[in-house]
Amino acid sequence: METLAWLILAFPIIALVIQYFFGKKLPRQGDWVSTGAIGLSLICSFILFIKVIFIESDPNFLFQVSYPWFSGGGGLDFRFGFHIDNLTVVMLMVVTIVSFLVHLYSIGYMHGEDFYDSFFAYMSLFSFSMLLLVLCDNLFILYISWELVGLSSYLLIGFYFWKDSAADASKKAFITTRVGDVFMFIGIMTVFLYLGKLNYTEIFEAVSHGELSGWVLTIAGICLFGGAVGKSAQFPLHVWLPDAMEGPTPVSALIHAATMVAAGVYMVGRLFPIFHSSPEAMLVIAYIGLITAFFASLIAITQTDIKRILAYSTLSQLGYMITALGVGGFVVGAYTAGLYHLMTHAFFKSLLFLCSGSVIHAVHTNEITSMGGLRKKMPITALTMIIGTLAISGVPFFSGFGSKDAILAGALQFGLEHPQHFLIFLGLLIGAGITSFYMFRLIFLTFFGEPRDQEKFDHAHESPVTMTLPLIILALLSIIGGWGLYGALWLNSSIVPPVIGAVHEAAAQGAGHGSALAHYGAMVLSLLVAFTGIAFSYMVYYKRSISVEMLTKKMGPLYQLSYNKFWVDEFYEKTVIAFVMKSRMVLRTFDNTVVDGAVNITAPITRGVAIFSGAVDKYVVDGLVNLLAILVQAIGAVSTLFQSGVIQNYLLKAACAVGALLLIHNVIMRVLY
Amino acid sequence: MAVTLEHYLVVSITLFSLGMFIVMTRRNGIRMLMGVELILNSANLNLIAFNRYLPGMDASGNIFAVFVIMLAAAEAAVALAIVLAIFQQFSTIQLDEISSMKH
Repeated sequence: METLAWLILAFPIIALVIQYFFGKKLPRQGDWVSTGAIGLSLICSFILFIKVIFIESDPNFLFQVSYPWFSGGGGLDFRFGFHIDNLTVVMLMVVTIVSFLVHLYSIGYMHGEDFYDSFFAYMSLFSFSMLLLVLCDNLFILYISWELVGLSSYLLIGFYFWKDSAADASKKAFITTRVGDVFMFIGIMTVFLYLGKLNYTEIFEAVSHGELSGWVLTIAGICLFGGAVGKSAQFPLHVWLPDAMEGPTPVSALIHAATMVAAGVYMVGRLFPIFHSSPEAMLVIAYIGLITAFFASLIAITQTDIKRILAYSTLSQLGYMITALGVGGFVVGAYTAGLYHLMTHAFFKSLLFLCSGSVIHAVHTNEITSMGGLRKKMPITALTMIIGTLAISGVPFFSGFGSKDAILAGALQFGLEHPQHFLIFLGLLIGAGITSFYMFRLIFLTFFGEPRDQEKFDHAHESPVTMTLPLIILALLSIIGGWGLYGALWLNSSIVPPVIGAVHEAAAQGAGHGSALAHYGAMVLSLLVAFTGIAFSYMVYYKRSISVEMLTKKMGPLYQLSYNKFWVDEFYEKTVIAFVMKSRMVLRTFDNTVVDGAVNITAPITRGVAIFSGAVDKYVVDGLVNLLAILVQAIGAVSTLFQSGVIQNYLLKAACAVGALLLIHNVIMRVLY
Repeated sequence: MAVTLEHYLVVSITLFSLGMFIVMTRRNGIRMLMGVELILNSANLNLIAFNRYLPGMDASGNIFAVFVIMLAAAEAAVALAIVLAIFQQFSTIQLDEISSMKH
């Protein structure tokens, strides 16, 4: 099991190294290296999946292995390890399947692009980081891999870096998610400060023993959730995700629909015991998710860029998952529903993105207003996209039905038990109706009706088999894969982590009846709104029995509100960015006057010091040396007087000296004796 | 009146003083050397006188005197050679005129 985990991580990182250094020299620029590596990871993940889910088949299964990494001193050890339970292996499957299919798809989609080899290198980097994020067993590694996926996202959004819009979008994505990451870091540090632990299991145990509680736990929970808000593009940090669509479409499918944005949800799910112990944090999570789910779906109605519609739909679906996790703190099953939705969504949303990529590849535009009637030209794309749309709309027998229904059931039960929070269910229900409406709007405008741009329509063609094959596989997964997972997870075992498993079992016994009522009620209602949405969309965009223009006119301000994305971007432009720009000017003035002034003032100071030290040199040091010279000269001058050069003088002096010595000798002798 | 040690010493000091006076006042090199001879002879007289009058002296004073006479002869030879060389160099033996090494 350990070996498998290592292998899963090793293949993409080896592929990254090979691809990065030798990609250009390899045949086909090495696309097979990255694709093959993730394929091998997929095989290993599958073996692991079978082992854990079907052979172990234990809801509380947990495999842990940990290696010392480095010591931080003072008994503080940083370790690297794997935390493998049911949730991990399911997530591994999702990541590797989608990643493998997207790699396969990219071979066709990115064919002939510049930096083809770098693209696959980045994709390998992303796969590695994402798998590390899924497998790791402590907050420290989680944070590292969290930043690594952010980095690969940045690199891939800005893949067309020569386009200003792409460069701006990558910066926006990086900076916006960084805001969330700072919160997450604060959260991790809070946990670490109060518990001194980073390992998941140890933290969960400490939290369940009440070692971290009260407002500290709430703060830690909300800050950790801040990371998910950034990464999963929840309100109010959602603005980067629609712009991230500037990246190549396979990237949007892999990173910004299926895996990386789901990392936030996965993180909340993984650290659920921390959140679970704080009802306040759970409510914050639920309402943030609700706001995102509802408003993003409203915005999606009026957008015309096919990828942006899907981006807002992703936001909305992520909101569903987050809400489900939040509600999961109060209602049995909602937690599982949220993570289940994460998996089904990964399949059908990456399918939708890849289909949109196939369409864009054919017509070379993102605007659905220039499409129409493409069903005849690209039957496979059209069929698979319709399957994806049925899945996201929650139509029975498609994967989205099961998961969305489970989320709504959880929300309804929560609303029934706590009537003050009934709004959550209402918001999600209406959001579900809107979802099916705008998704079918997309389908009708793209594939049905008359071609609106004849020239583009004439050039359209079905995509090559490397692109359609992933579509077909994902479409199958969107139908049976969802049910398969449903069966595996629901009937065979629960993916609820062991620590809260017990809590849930206790709660389940007390609330059996209410949950059944909520379950059927939610199913009926969700079906009702889904079909209402589809029917409305059918009338407006297919039958044209309701005029779009008239609707637009009637909805006037609402239409503007939605079309302009509630002016959130403009709001940030006016507040945060304007503030940054203003403070930039203040800082520049500060720089110019204070910092530069301080630098400039050192020049006169240095000059003054130099003058002073020059004076010291000149007058004190030189003076001493000269004084010595003068002294020697003076002594010389005096002693010259004795050196008359006249020999008689010397003799006289000698005689005098001898006489004087004799005299002194006699005097001393007299005195002494 | 018997001749005593004091008489010899008086003669000796007179000789020494005369020699000293000559050495100090004469500028002529030859004359100065004559003064030096007088000083040496006064010393000789002293040595002989003390040998005669002090007890237990044997002949050591006399031997010293012989040494001094020998030394005076050598000194005269060397000094006169020097004076000759000075005369060749400076064309004078007036010693106060030779001042080429004076500052």
